[in-house]
Amino acid sequence: MPNRRRAAKSPYTADRNIPGAFEGETVTRRRFMTGSVQVFGGIAAAAIGLPTLGFALGPVFEREKSHWEDVGAAADFPDNTYIPKVVTTTPGVGEVGKTTVYVRRHNLQIDGPVRDSFDQYVAISNRCAHVGCPVRYFEASQRFICPCHGGVYDFRGARVGGPPVRPLDRFYTRVLNGRLQVGPRFSVNSELRRFSPRDPGEPLDGIGQYLYPRRFSTPELHR
Amino acid sequence: MRIKLPNPIPDKLRPRPRRPGDGNGNGRLTPTQATIEASKDAGISVVDWLDERTSLSGAGRWALFRKVPKGTNWFYTLGSATLFAFLSQAVTGVFLAMYYRPDATSGAYESIRHINDEVFLGEFVHGMHKWGSTVMVVLVFLHMARTFFFGAYKYPRELNWVIGVTLLILTLMMAFTGYLLPFDQRSYWASVVAVNINGTGPFIGPYLSDFLRAGPEFGATTLSRFYSIHMLLLPGAIAALIGAHLYLVTKLGTTAPPWSKAEKRSELRETEA
Ligand code: HEM
Ligand code: FES
Repeated sequence: MPNRRRAAKSPYTADRNIPGAFEGETVTRRRFMTGSVQVFGGIAAAAIGLPTLGFALGPVFEREKSHWEDVGAAADFPDNTYIPKVVTTTPGVGEVGKTTVYVRRHNLQIDGPVRDSFDQYVAISNRCAHVGCPVRYFEASQRFICPCHGGVYDFRGARVGGPPVRPLDRFYTRVLNGRLQVGPRFSVNSELRRFSPRDPGEPLDGIGQYLYPRRFSTPELHR
Repeated sequence: MRIKLPNPIPDKLRPRPRRPGDGNGNGRLTPTQATIEASKDAGISVVDWLDERTSLSGAGRWALFRKVPKGTNWFYTLGSATLFAFLSQAVTGVFLAMYYRPDATSGAYESIRHINDEVFLGEFVHGMHKWGSTVMVVLVFLHMARTFFFGAYKYPRELNWVIGVTLLILTLMMAFTGYLLPFDQRSYWASVVAVNINGTGPFIGPYLSDFLRAGPEFGATTLSRFYSIHMLLLPGAIAALIGAHLYLVTKLGTTAPPWSKAEKRSELRETEA
């Protein structure tokens, strides 16, 4: 009895009374073949699966290029009302890639001190912060109003009514040789602090800025 | 007890030995009769030829001639109705793809206009696909309600319920990705809104939106992405899962309605008496 138990523990298949075992073999051929089929099958599946997955997921990790677009002579923009301008946010898709920005000069009484060189002009996105319908600026009430679910924003783009969760997004602006340029988008929280662009519906106050983190696609800001 | 399953071949088509009265009186067939006989045999021999090599008739009988509990009613047809709606979507979709161009600059919109206004029966086939999508979603929910209220999700059919829920999600994803394809104002803005709603899921929402749009904004690749998901990825997954769903239905049999009582075994009835 003790003899046979020792034999069962032997690393050699021949000692373990396995039929057809070869001399000096430590794993049966059946087990070896099962293992290799699984390993090679796994490699083959990964060779197809991983590249295609990366191919499909690539855009999530791809950093957009920042691009600046001329919207007119800087001197033409007043500081008490907005001038709507159409800029291209996605090149190469025609009308669909365009969006409206409402542009005006920085107003010290309304906006407070100028923070940096991007803050000399205010460019507000017409994309509603609720779920993204296009808002319109109404001169009479000095408000932005959304046609979809009645979101209302004040002159600075801060929410005053309806379902939107944060103020309207803005675009960076800069002046080059007297021409005003509109650059990449950014989002703001209710105190108009800058954040990297968030999609509509994602609040930025309190816990919101952690629930909806910055995306990899955020473009770098080139001055 | 052995059960005898009915033969799926109708009586008329089954081979029958020739009788003395047959033919033109002398036991031989008239040329017309001979042709008819031969063509009858042709069908059978083709089926036999296939069956000898595949044994598919066994599978066919297994799938079609099942025991069905007493009291099943029209509500049990809702699953097949959903299946039919899916097949209708698949067929009309394949033909729409012959004219549709997933080109965001204007090709998509233009190709749908072409289908509706110029292609023979184009508006009809497009309409079948468009209205059929709503029909399928409604039917999936009705079928789900049937299985829920009949308690059909209970042991041993939990897995079929789980497959069903996956099918429901995939069906809704079909409706979502298909909506963008006409690329008109309504479909564009509805998809913008839908992707933004999807982005409000905490932590992964923003990344999922970037995945769907292939970037931070709707662009040319968004449309081809939605198109590929809509016409290749999801239909394949749905077809495969319907296969698994129906296999389990066949394997487990359908549930008896909740109001039908189990019949007592005869011996038990006797001992009680
Ligand atoms: C593409 C969608 C679907 C198709 C084509 C489909 C098809 C079918 C068919 C043909 C049957 C057998 C006939 C019947 O009982 O109605 C069935 C049964 C069943 N389905 Fe579905 N189904 C789908 C979605 C769902 C969903 C969303 C659920 C639930 C979440 C579900 C759960 C079930 C269950 C539990 C059964 C077994 C019913 C029983 O044994 O009585 N299915 N399905
Ligand atoms: S999208 Fe503007 S209020 Fe809903």
